[in-house]
Amino acid sequence: MDNLLQLIVSGLATGGIYALAAIGFALLWQTSQTVNFAQGEFVMIPAFFILAAMKYLSLPFWAAALLALVISLLVLGVAFKRAVVDPLLHSGFVPLVIATLGLSLFMKEGVKIFYSAEPQPFPAFDAAAKVSVFGAAVSMQSVVVLGVAVATVLALQLFVARTRTGRCMQATAQNPMVARLLGVQVDRMIQLTFLINAGLVTIASILVTPIYYASYNNGETLGMAAFIAAIVGGFNQIRGAIFGGFLLGIIDNLSAAYISAAYRSVLPLLLLVLVILFRPQGILGRVEERVL
Amino acid sequence: MAKKRMLLPLLTAALALSAPAWAQQTVKIVDLCELSGSGAVDGTNWHDGVNMAVNEINAAGGILGRKIDIIHYETQTDPGVARTQMQKAVDADPYVIMGPVMSFEVRVTMGLAQHAKIPEFSGGESSDLTAKENPYFFRTSLSQQFSLPMIAQYMHDDLHAKTIMIFWENDDTGRSTRDVLTKEAAALGMKVIADRPGDNNQVDFAADVVRAKTLHPDVLYVHLQEQATARFLQEIHRQGVTIPLVGDTTLMAQTVIQMAGPAADGVRGWVGLSPVLPDPLAQAFVAKFTKTYGRTPDHNAMKSYMAVYAIKYATEKVGKFDRDALINYMHGMTITPQEEPGVFIKTSWDDNGNLDRASYIVTVDSGKQKVIAVLPPHGTTKQ
Repeated sequence: MDNLLQLIVSGLATGGIYALAAIGFALLWQTSQTVNFAQGEFVMIPAFFILAAMKYLSLPFWAAALLALVISLLVLGVAFKRAVVDPLLHSGFVPLVIATLGLSLFMKEGVKIFYSAEPQPFPAFDAAAKVSVFGAAVSMQSVVVLGVAVATVLALQLFVARTRTGRCMQATAQNPMVARLLGVQVDRMIQLTFLINAGLVTIASILVTPIYYASYNNGETLGMAAFIAAIVGGFNQIRGAIFGGFLLGIIDNLSAAYISAAYRSVLPLLLLVLVILFRPQGILGRVEERVL
Repeated sequence: MAKKRMLLPLLTAALALSAPAWAQQTVKIVDLCELSGSGAVDGTNWHDGVNMAVNEINAAGGILGRKIDIIHYETQTDPGVARTQMQKAVDADPYVIMGPVMSFEVRVTMGLAQHAKIPEFSGGESSDLTAKENPYFFRTSLSQQFSLPMIAQYMHDDLHAKTIMIFWENDDTGRSTRDVLTKEAAALGMKVIADRPGDNNQVDFAADVVRAKTLHPDVLYVHLQEQATARFLQEIHRQGVTIPLVGDTTLMAQTVIQMAGPAADGVRGWVGLSPVLPDPLAQAFVAKFTKTYGRTPDHNAMKSYMAVYAIKYATEKVGKFDRDALINYMHGMTITPQEEPGVFIKTSWDDNGNLDRASYIVTVDSGKQKVIAVLPPHGTTKQ
């Protein structure tokens, strides 16, 4: 029983990591029907902004993190939308997918050349600290990741449902044409979503890099896991992202413990296939209501 | 205007005439290395070790008066890409080929170099690589067929282990490690009670550690790649497992120690080379490397650096750039640091290209490697 609890708690902690990255998929899809295949790299790169600021500008960690947030908002929020998404959005889905795939390669190779291929340790809140959850040991870092993932989803849900700006974003997501007729500044709402995503990936980067270590290829694994989590949970639901992340984390651990360690990566893919076959909108997702 | 018109053809002709003379001043070496993918840490260190040796040799006048023209090709830790790059390397017609490091890449590329009769100095450690009757293949580190029996002996004699659990990287080298170690353990009366594959992208090792806690073997043997090893050590530390952890060069790698932090303290393992070797020449290399690249070298940097110097030494002994003469000289060759300071540990090669030299059992103490035993050379090569 202790072992099962340990596996579930650890799985939830890992699922929290996937969820943090998956939220961005859901956000961008909802407002601009953009599937950002560079989302994993978006989570990877702010950690290197921080490390570079600490190394080359000799800034303390928190000052470097603030600088990284500003750079991320400008590069991953504003520049990404204006330079990549806006020119391609009207060309259809496929060109944008190819562009984000290209962007992910560019970011990965850029970090490798500019910084290093070697994984770097990254400052954690307290690397050695661990907490006991009903006898199951879990790192403090993972608890923080879990807490932030849940808090982020709650905050986003409240923002979208309870604020005027949030409702405008929702209207933009569902029917941009009608939203525009009703006076919603659609472009502004879409830009806001990209900025929120840029902020979220910076937070995610600060939280998950101590676990992953700062490495140029972190985005590959993280991006793929987050993408699966978002589809399984429901691509058009923010809460679906967190549900998918948790589910993936727990399934991964239970299959490794009770089925086979060698085939642990097969089960999440099997789940993905089943969801696409029998519930394509995702477990918590709703049938798409968006009008182009 | 007419003068200007004549200037260009004259300049071109002058360059064309001078090209062969310039080419004679260099000797081409191609290096295949993993600068991205799961082998990036190993490949980057290998690459930097090669570069450092080449720069030093060129600064000192080159080999037989010819400077080394080094070309690096990146394999992306992908056997398919590695094979394409090896074909490019062979087409470039170099004097020798360095790399690749990962055994699964070596296995699919070594035939091309052999067919072209180009000597290859590889970082691969899998035991089968030198069993292919390839006279052009040379190791730059000890084969697993030598290292794993020493590790098994250490677990048996010093840790009094009777049961072992193996965590292995889910690739050819990992599988080979598991198979050879299982055989060697059995020969000493020890039993491998479980083995579990892992992946460098694996984030969560809770299930693996839970299994280890349940089975409680006398020793946990870890052969995963760097990032996975660091995460594994942290999970072991988190769940409070106190079973002795033993491994080889990857477990003891400086990158792993740095990433795992206090969780690496107390692990022990066998290394062919280490940045803490109690040797002034090795320490001088470590200091130079650290100054040049801003980080501590690992065993891959050390072995590639020494390999370039071994090629220089053997070529100068042969007295000409002749590939067949080079391989004939190197089969059965022993170099001492007195003869060639760039090879800072006495090293020998046998007729199959297997390398032999002293190796070490090290432990991690307060985030630093510490040598606890020096193991003599295996003794299969002429000394």
